[in-house]
Amino acid sequence: MIGIVNYQANNLRSVANALKAIGAEFFIADEPARLAKATAIVLPGVGAFSDSMTNLRRLGFIEPLQQAVRVEKKPVLGLCLGMQLMAEKSFEFGEHEGLGWLQGTVEKIEPNDQSFRVPHMGWNNLEHISPASMLLQSIVQPAVVYFVHSYYFKPVAGAEAVVTSTVSHGLTLTATVEKDYIFGCQFHPEKSQQAGLLILQNFVEYTKQHA
Amino acid sequence: MLKKRLISCLLWREGTLVQSRQFQHTNSVGDALTAVDFFNTWAIDEIVLLDVSRTPKHRALFHEHLRELSERCFVPLAVGGWVTTLAEIRQLLSEGADKVVVNTAAVRDPNFITMASESFGAQCIVVSIDAKKNTTGEYEVFVNRGKDAAGMRPDQLAKVSEERGAGEVFITSIDHDGRQAGYDMELVRLVRQATSVPVVASGGVGEWSHLAEAIIEGGADAVSAANIFHYSDQSTKKAKDYLKLVGIDVREPEFYKILLPRKPVYRV
Repeated sequence: MIGIVNYQANNLRSVANALKAIGAEFFIADEPARLAKATAIVLPGVGAFSDSMTNLRRLGFIEPLQQAVRVEKKPVLGLCLGMQLMAEKSFEFGEHEGLGWLQGTVEKIEPNDQSFRVPHMGWNNLEHISPASMLLQSIVQPAVVYFVHSYYFKPVAGAEAVVTSTVSHGLTLTATVEKDYIFGCQFHPEKSQQAGLLILQNFVEYTKQHA
Repeated sequence: MLKKRLISCLLWREGTLVQSRQFQHTNSVGDALTAVDFFNTWAIDEIVLLDVSRTPKHRALFHEHLRELSERCFVPLAVGGWVTTLAEIRQLLSEGADKVVVNTAAVRDPNFITMASESFGAQCIVVSIDAKKNTTGEYEVFVNRGKDAAGMRPDQLAKVSEERGAGEVFITSIDHDGRQAGYDMELVRLVRQATSVPVVASGGVGEWSHLAEAIIEGGADAVSAANIFHYSDQSTKKAKDYLKLVGIDVREPEFYKILLPRKPVYRV
């Protein structure tokens, strides 16, 4: 069963609503110890990077998450800020350490052309979709999903292969990441109607096969 | 490319949705749940739900409706009306709101925007500005459901709100509201130029060309309408069809499935 990490990230309800709508089996992990029972993990997130890391730490989620993902290799899906938290570090309001599952950093979106407004807010096309992508398999083109963010994940040189789709907003931004059993979406699949729900469905199917 | 968004604004008053003309509520148009289902099906890009009740005494029912409708809303949902505390924002978000709309409190306590943005992120805080021309012919912000003059210009408020961490500005013309003569383009442009965050135009749509006008000529990142989407079949999809037809980059105006069909309830 999928455990949604409840570290007081504020869109937990939307994520739960979407999983419910596609008939997935899940529970909300209010307590870190409950992650031990999860066969897979969804890490939601909105808000600021450092606040969220502080909350994860304060509520005692860091150790159980590291155990579940690094040691037990449970499938994990990070959504929006939840994906950014999987990076090594973020430069949002200072420099902050992340969970370190993805080699790269989180940086501010700074388009050269001022006509591209930040936050990058709204529906946008997924581009450069990797044929090997698990999350995006059988997605209908053009795949349009809902983004809202001011920072983005930038892989370190040599680790670009984790990026399995991008989005364009004055510059090319990471839209999805996939590294073995670690997955992330910069956009909100739970708020992207059919396209988004298909992505969640793909993850749910994957977790069944890798339980 | 980032798509231009079509937003349906739902005005919730004491349990039912209403239509509005210059902020006076004219008639009830039914329940919010039905509206959310239809607009989700008809290719809407986002829904804004505002509690425009005259008093906060219907809040419990509003929260109940929000919890129900957020379960079936798979496009972003922004919620506002009577939002004055961080606790209120936290509750709305926990009930399925993706963004929170702040209006009167943004003027009365600018620091509230800072605190809200720091706690929940800029992307979560929409500042809604209601404005009209005052007796001297200058644009002025009005708060408390358009009743009280705030003594500041909408472009000033937009700028200050952005500096304090608002992620989006929702600009409504009180005079144009419900008049069906189009958005107040001067007002849209004024606010658009004052800020670098996304701007949503609101108030006055009478035909689909008004939507295109605010995007093409006003530079709006998203366009919102309320009254015009009620009572007509496939309204929001037809609006999107039009926007696509005139060459605006929008998310495909197709029919989207309702995932949780409701069973009819018959009252005997």
